[in-house]
Amino acid sequence: MVPETIIETQELTKNYDRLTAVDHLSFSIEEGEIFGFLGPNGAGKTTTLLMLLGLTQPSGGSARVCGMDPVRKAREVKRLVGYLPENVGFYGDLNAVESLNYIADLNDMDRDLAKEKIPEVLEVVGLSGDTHKKVGDYSRGMKQRLGIAEVLLKDPKVMFLDEPTLGLDPDGAFRVIELIKSLNQDRKITVLLSSHLLYQVQKISNRVGIMIKGKMVAEDSIEALAREKFGVGEEKYTLEEIYMKYFQEV
Amino acid sequence: MKGLSAIYRKELADHFSSYRFIILFAMIAMVSFITSYMAGMNMRESLEGIAKPKFVFLMLFNIPGALFSMVQFVSFFGPLIGLVLGFDSINRERANGTLVKLVSQPIYRDAVINGKFFAGVTTITILLVSIVLVISGFGLTILGVVPGIEEIWRLVVYLIISIFYISFWLGISILFSICFKGIATSAMASVALWIFLSFFVSMGASVLANTLAPVDKKGGTGPEIIVKNARIKEGVSLFSPMVLYSSATSTIVNPMQKTTSSLILMGPMERISASRFQNPLSLGQSIVVVYPHMVALVAITLICFAISYLIFLIQEIRT
Repeated sequence: MVPETIIETQELTKNYDRLTAVDHLSFSIEEGEIFGFLGPNGAGKTTTLLMLLGLTQPSGGSARVCGMDPVRKAREVKRLVGYLPENVGFYGDLNAVESLNYIADLNDMDRDLAKEKIPEVLEVVGLSGDTHKKVGDYSRGMKQRLGIAEVLLKDPKVMFLDEPTLGLDPDGAFRVIELIKSLNQDRKITVLLSSHLLYQVQKISNRVGIMIKGKMVAEDSIEALAREKFGVGEEKYTLEEIYMKYFQEV
Repeated sequence: MKGLSAIYRKELADHFSSYRFIILFAMIAMVSFITSYMAGMNMRESLEGIAKPKFVFLMLFNIPGALFSMVQFVSFFGPLIGLVLGFDSINRERANGTLVKLVSQPIYRDAVINGKFFAGVTTITILLVSIVLVISGFGLTILGVVPGIEEIWRLVVYLIISIFYISFWLGISILFSICFKGIATSAMASVALWIFLSFFVSMGASVLANTLAPVDKKGGTGPEIIVKNARIKEGVSLFSPMVLYSSATSTIVNPMQKTTSSLILMGPMERISASRFQNPLSLGQSIVVVYPHMVALVAITLICFAISYLIFLIQEIRT
């Protein structure tokens, strides 16, 4: 079976007053892969994600997500795509079940279905034991996993995870990364993962894209990039070394 | 529509369980209780032995108890209810990082702001209706007078105007919570606007009137200047929603009040009718008198909400 392209952008551009945040960006992601979305802070990664979700209007170019234009069909796209924002927030006075119930309501999910699915997603992210604690008392790692549970609740085809491991301890980050990997394998969810933890990204991504100053400077599998930068037979180079090489060149 | 109802229910639950609502409700219930109790006691004393006036029950709301009547109290401090319910509605979500999560769900973006506004209006409605009902029940026991059907209708109209008035301030505070990122900033801005429109506009009105049409206190000013002065004063002070509201409600609640303008500005026919006819106005006529005020109040409420709506829809939400 030939994998289908699930996300595709063509010359996608976003200008703010004078600054060009995203500069004629063209890339594509195939169904079922984990795409590592790398780049320094302020490179335009979050802006790109927001445009793919239809939360921000592009200044130029076009995008297709699950075959739909996010500008025109924002609601349909948001139904299929789960977005975990950087530094995602929660209502501190609700507990995990109440938070998930609210998300279920917003997604117009049937009450009975929600009752069935909420314990299931809590089980998947490993929060079954903490359901009656207020989210305000959760640790950062637990909040991040609850964020993933909220995304999972709507059975997304694609997940956009923006820095899901930011500020987590090594163990917490490891658990989140493992979780992402298992979701990709078991539920066949396509993942667009933006992260600075290159070692983790290398472990789980099929392909990576490196975005610098609004442009995608590289987009391929890690081995292919190593081959391109360091020569044939040099696939042993880590993502970190490849990334630094690209970064210095720009 | 599903997203709207989910947000509406969540916001309503938040309002009713928040400390600030409980404190506000307790404060307003207490003050209106005391005010109407004092009013009731005064009335019992002063009305003893004389024939019962036609609208005793309404006097509970418009006769000053200690310092002010119930109607005056709502016109002064009602705005605070609206401000307190709305000043952090959007920017708190933004600060917590929940706003972007909310808009990345498959809902229309306006559901967020509509849900918040309608939840606030519902809270205001429940608050006002329950206070008026409590005072009415209280009045029944103090005065022993049953309200007539006309009095009940007048109270209903009074409630509707009050809900719009307080919703206007809710709209203002939601607008500021959209425009300002800081919660403290939006709170300060809405309180500042409240103080300015409620207290300084009437002061500014007399200053402006006296500058443009100076009236000599010792006499010697022509009548046209005096009328001009009064007209400017009245015109400028109508910019204050509080003036609009208090003119409207005092006429609705007091059937004996036949006009909202001062004696100088009355037309000749108005003056004749005011001096010849001592009977109270019917409700329909009272409404006719304050119709412009009511329409203006509804209009500024809707305009204010429409502006917030537009700004929120075009605003970029990143966090």
